[in-house]
Amino acid sequence: MPSPQDILTDLYQLIETFAEQGQELDEETELVTDLKLDSVKVMNLMLQIEDHFDISIPLNVLPEIRTIKDLAAQIEELTRVAE
Amino acid sequence: MSLFDKFKPLAERRAALAELEANPFNVVIERILSPTEAVVNGRHTILAGTNNYLGLTFDSRCIEAAQTALREEGTGTTGSRMANGTYAAHLALEQEFADFFDSPTAIVFSTGYMANLGILSTIAGPDDVILLDADCHASIYDACRMGSAEVIRFRHNDAGDLEKRLRRLGERASKTLIVVEGIYSMLGDLAPLEEIAAIKQRYGSWLLVDEAHSLGVLGQQGRGLAEAVGVEDQVDFVVGTFSKSLGSIGGFCVSHWPELEQVRYAMRPYIFSASSSPSLIASTRCALEILREGDELRSRLWENVHRLYEGLQSLGLALGPEPSPVVAAILEESIERALALWNRLLQRGVYVNLMLPPATPGGHCLLRCSISAAHSYQQIDVIVEAFAGLEIAAA
Repeated sequence: MPSPQDILTDLYQLIETFAEQGQELDEETELVTDLKLDSVKVMNLMLQIEDHFDISIPLNVLPEIRTIKDLAAQIEELTRVAE
Repeated sequence: MSLFDKFKPLAERRAALAELEANPFNVVIERILSPTEAVVNGRHTILAGTNNYLGLTFDSRCIEAAQTALREEGTGTTGSRMANGTYAAHLALEQEFADFFDSPTAIVFSTGYMANLGILSTIAGPDDVILLDADCHASIYDACRMGSAEVIRFRHNDAGDLEKRLRRLGERASKTLIVVEGIYSMLGDLAPLEEIAAIKQRYGSWLLVDEAHSLGVLGQQGRGLAEAVGVEDQVDFVVGTFSKSLGSIGGFCVSHWPELEQVRYAMRPYIFSASSSPSLIASTRCALEILREGDELRSRLWENVHRLYEGLQSLGLALGPEPSPVVAAILEESIERALALWNRLLQRGVYVNLMLPPATPGGHCLLRCSISAAHSYQQIDVIVEAFAGLEIAAA
């Protein structure tokens, strides 16, 4: 199971490809408002995250995910359950 | 601050569309002439976007059956199936669907949307999982939101991705309902149902197939994709609609599980909706009978499908991956240009559906045609000619 810091590091790398060039990312960065990701981009990002961490992120939890920190917390929970 | 503030962006987008000569989301059929023709904007128009696959909306037998029911049973039931809204004809139609699918039970709903809403929001409970193809219809997504199951998507038509997700679920795979469609409504592509059914068997999961666009279209008897690929015994639930090949309004669910009957009075969309009017039930019963004897209609439909698919292909257009009654031209164009192209087709007397992102696969705009057995070769050729010379940038 990856550590919370490992999850965040990997997440920054994955999200970078969806963000505008040079955009600063931190735990409080909001996926929709700050990164301006539309629903299609959010879904594509989720698919990449799922492949990377070998998890499935239920659609039910998406409304609770606003920031990168929220996303990392969900990934941590899902990878813990998968252990 | 107003409750309506959040609708301003939508209103602005609609206002921009209203400036066009014709708005693709506000088309008025001024006069319907036949299953394939209407008057739109004062112009005689060929309808190539109505999902009227067998062209039964003007079938004289269906009309006569509806007229008789209207005269003898009135305009509406004014009640739920659970109260005063079950007439003998509703039960007869359910028996006819059960016979058609060789199933112990069938449930009829007032719309196809309601069939998905009722079944999916009820059958999968809080401890269960719904694993749906990413390109499933909005009614399936809405049903998932209404229900309490965990909802996971798999990549469209990707059996490998489906299997990967079932593996991740471990023991919960046996409480997972896989949801796919026979023919997908945007590009007209078929689900890889043999592979999906084999995976479902391997993991002990459950399988629901929405045959909305494939009923009456695929399979020797017209039962849909599951019949066509020989996996009906592995499909737990079939859902479908009356508003495409059956030419009316309504929906159904059949299952080889007799327990489906136990679900009937647990489904809130079913309990709290008025049942279909007698005339709708009567025309649907008649259309189902025609569909069951519909070899000739299906042959004509598929001849038309190939004629249109090959015609548009010869223009160099990018189309869905295989010929089916949904033939979509995939555009590499902006939304503004797609709107203009759609409008030019209408000016040339051809109505098709314009599909825009984010509702479309790959974020492409689509000019989506649906073909009917009632189209003549001449009409198909007019549709192809209307596309010719549009200078479409194909995706």
